[in-house]
Amino acid sequence: MSTATTDAYSADAQGRRKAPAGERVADWADGRLGIYSLAKANMRKIFPDHWSFMLGEVCLYSFLIIILTGVYLTLFFHPSMEETVYHGPYVPMQGMRMSEAFASTLNISFDVRGGLLVRQIHHWAALIFLAGMFVHMMRVFFTGAFRKPREINWLFGFLLFVLGMFTGFTGYSLPDDLLSGTGVRFMEGAILSIPIIGTYISMFLFGGEFPGSDFVPRFFSIHVLLLPGIMLGLVVAHMILVIYHKHTQFPGPGRTNKNVVGMPLMPVYMAKAGGFFFLVFGVIAAISALATINPIWAIGPYRPDQVSTGAQPDWYMGFSEGLIRVMPGWEINFWGHTLVLGVLIPLIIFPTVLAAIAVYPFIESWVTGDKREHHLLDRPRNAPTRTAFGAAWISWYFVLLVGGGNDLWATHFHLSINAITWFVRIGFFVVPVLVFVATRRICMGLQRRDRDKVLHGRESGIIKRLPHGEFVEVHEPLSQEQLHTLTAHEQPEPLELVPEVDENGVERKVGATQKLRVKLSKGFYGEGTQIPKATAEEFQEITSGHGHH
Amino acid sequence: MKKLSARRRHPLAAVVVLLFALAVTGGLYAAFAPADTAKADDTAAQSLAIEEGKKLYSVGCASCHGTGGQGTTDGPSLVGVGASAVDFQVGTGRMPLQQQGAQAPKKKAIYDQAEIDQLAAYIASLGAGPSVPSKDQYSPDGADIAKGGELFRTNCAQCHNFTGKGGALSNGKFAPSLEDVNPKHIYEAMQTGPQNMPSFPDTTMSEKNKKDIIAYLDTVNSSKSQSPGGLELGGLGPVSEGLFAWIFGLGALIVVAIWVAARTAKAKKS
Ligand code: HEC
Ligand code: HEC
Ligand code: HEM
Repeated sequence: MSTATTDAYSADAQGRRKAPAGERVADWADGRLGIYSLAKANMRKIFPDHWSFMLGEVCLYSFLIIILTGVYLTLFFHPSMEETVYHGPYVPMQGMRMSEAFASTLNISFDVRGGLLVRQIHHWAALIFLAGMFVHMMRVFFTGAFRKPREINWLFGFLLFVLGMFTGFTGYSLPDDLLSGTGVRFMEGAILSIPIIGTYISMFLFGGEFPGSDFVPRFFSIHVLLLPGIMLGLVVAHMILVIYHKHTQFPGPGRTNKNVVGMPLMPVYMAKAGGFFFLVFGVIAAISALATINPIWAIGPYRPDQVSTGAQPDWYMGFSEGLIRVMPGWEINFWGHTLVLGVLIPLIIFPTVLAAIAVYPFIESWVTGDKREHHLLDRPRNAPTRTAFGAAWISWYFVLLVGGGNDLWATHFHLSINAITWFVRIGFFVVPVLVFVATRRICMGLQRRDRDKVLHGRESGIIKRLPHGEFVEVHEPLSQEQLHTLTAHEQPEPLELVPEVDENGVERKVGATQKLRVKLSKGFYGEGTQIPKATAEEFQEITSGHGHH
Repeated sequence: MKKLSARRRHPLAAVVVLLFALAVTGGLYAAFAPADTAKADDTAAQSLAIEEGKKLYSVGCASCHGTGGQGTTDGPSLVGVGASAVDFQVGTGRMPLQQQGAQAPKKKAIYDQAEIDQLAAYIASLGAGPSVPSKDQYSPDGADIAKGGELFRTNCAQCHNFTGKGGALSNGKFAPSLEDVNPKHIYEAMQTGPQNMPSFPDTTMSEKNKKDIIAYLDTVNSSKSQSPGGLELGGLGPVSEGLFAWIFGLGALIVVAIWVAARTAKAKKS
């Protein structure tokens, strides 16, 4: 039977030319999965070139690296708080009582082949992953890439950032070392400050009194299964949406809201992306081979009666540390209960800081009433209010990071820790406002310069002496492309309140929200928020004006 | 004999035995104590040192600590601080203080060891206090490093960090880094508790435990200690790691991204 079939096929094949192996495999797969049409539709998607569009890829690749190295670590890590005594090669820990978790991390570091390198790659990649997400998010923010239709992808991304923070936090706690144990204690304190239910949540989470013997195995499941699983799903959804929406592009000649100019995904972009993966892996591996991270052997096993100075979380949790460190230790006592405002208020501000950036796209589209699709990016200077808001948010975040490291600022810059704490307390309110105002002004200055460039050309640096002795600088006119790029953006008008009395003389009720919206819209686009860009008429007039500089 | 065995359980029997034992040891000590001549030599050398120390003291220290060490508004009383405190403060260059600040910083010592010993002898003569430890008290040889680590994390890390890299205290004060501090000075610091540091006398931390701590610091925080993972980044934990990740990690990747993006496939010009 089988021979007969083979014969039939080979006879058929001999009739024509035998197809190459690759093609046959592809045919085989296509016959069953129908991937050809999918590939045809997507492989020729265009991806525009700009370095900042590769930040997402940095995130993607570091995420992959984290997963790969994480799998290796799970092979040797024991997620257990059973007590054991260390007898391994690291002398300063010999004979110490510690949890299995800690002992197995020492084991990974000193006994498992390549264990320390993989641990360091895993941790460095995590820090870089979060930093990459932060910058990627800022790229999307400042260019307005979050606008319709990409709001959902913005939210997916934001969710990835938050989940990334918590995946990092749970992973960092797994070795059960003194540093991370202090962090878990910190978290427990924050939970306990929640009125009424705090103690219940804490008891539930730790399976009894802190630290108990449950949290490492529980954090382990959360860290290796739950959160990465959700994140993987979100990353896939994020990628699908990027392909489905197509990538945005910066304004330029030939680029419109309806096309994408760039290189096809296959083969050019794929080749670049594949190469880029290895570059990312290479940079992270080099760092991990050079610099130590989280040297738990020097930190020691967790014991609730010990604590060290300079105990900070990884950087992405640093702003929450800052919130706690600078908050005055207020508390209210009543009827035998204590409301620990010194911890509860930071716990409430913590999600607020994050939410502030997450909801911005929705606020912007509501305020401006802009419900159109946008595939052309904004240059940050052309959206001064948004840019100023983003810069203010970053400054807010970084002021809190300074607060989180207040002790190190104090020792390294020979300052008083109390002075830094006060700086952060005041800066928390003042710095974002100052940054907002300054950024908006800088944007306007840049807009003014763009306008000058369009109308008068580029300063060439050549000084010319006129016959009557005056010195002037020669301005070179811009090329057609440059002119287009500098004037392609639109300048929105603020909303106006509809007249209280319509054309038929009937009074209309204008709601309070509408009034607020108009007010905000004026703040966004009203007077003093943008420099009118050069119009064609102005350009005509000046260029025909006999070469006046 | 019968009388003795009858009184054996008398309530005062223990006291009598103790007195008897004391008398015997006292007598034995008197019999075997070093010859009187040697003792006289010792005291002579001692009083010479005190004499010299007093001179040094009145030139370098009296302005702040008072002519008899009784203290002034510029410096605390030194009566009863002991030779160990002087050896530490002057040996690490903290004293003489140059300018009033949040805390007397460590400097290059300006007295040599002989002068320090004389100063210490003089201060010790003002009132009894801890004396300078001997080499076998502070030498880390044969001590239990792991135990020392545990003791360090329990008693010292809250100010000095996990491995003694130092940390901030309030109002510009700080616990210094303990890298390469002389074992004798570590011992003395524990003994005397300089400035904002609590003291750990032998009653709270035995001599052996002090040795363990010294051995631990010698292993993890001295120029000969190793860092199995590579560059230590100051041993300061997540803040320096975060900075490093941003600058050298993400920074490098952005440079690479710019490089890759600049190498675009160009349409052939024909
Ligand atoms: C400019 C003033 C000044 C001079 C000079 C000075 N000291 Fe001090 N000294 C201080 C002050 C102030 C303190 C207290 C430091 C503190 O606790 O912050 C101190 C503390 C000390 C202590 C520690 C006391 C304790 O309680 O443990 C010793 C020992 C000491 N000095 C010895 C000396 C000796 C020896 C000299 C001379 C070589 C000297 N000092 C010169 C101002 C001075
Ligand atoms: C309350 C915080 C605190 C604790 C706890 C503490 N120290 Fe200190 N330590 C300090 C301060 C502050 C100084 C600086 C004193 C000075 O400059 O005179 C210091 C100085 C020292 C020095 C001198 C360093 C030098 O550079 O000369 C040594 C050694 C030292 N400590 C060891 C220890 C050891 C060992 C322990 C634990 C047994 C310990 N300390 C516990 C705060 C502390
Ligand atoms: C696991 C983390 C993440 C990965 C792997 C990832 C990956 C990517 C990739 C590869 C792209 C296309 C290239 C680019 O524009 O850079 C992209 C685009 C995008 N990302 Fe992310 N990203 C992540 C997190 C985030 C975060 C935190 C946000 C914002 C809150 C975000 C919002 C967006 C948006 C809106 C786009 C579309 C941009 C455009 O079309 O111009 N992403 N992402």
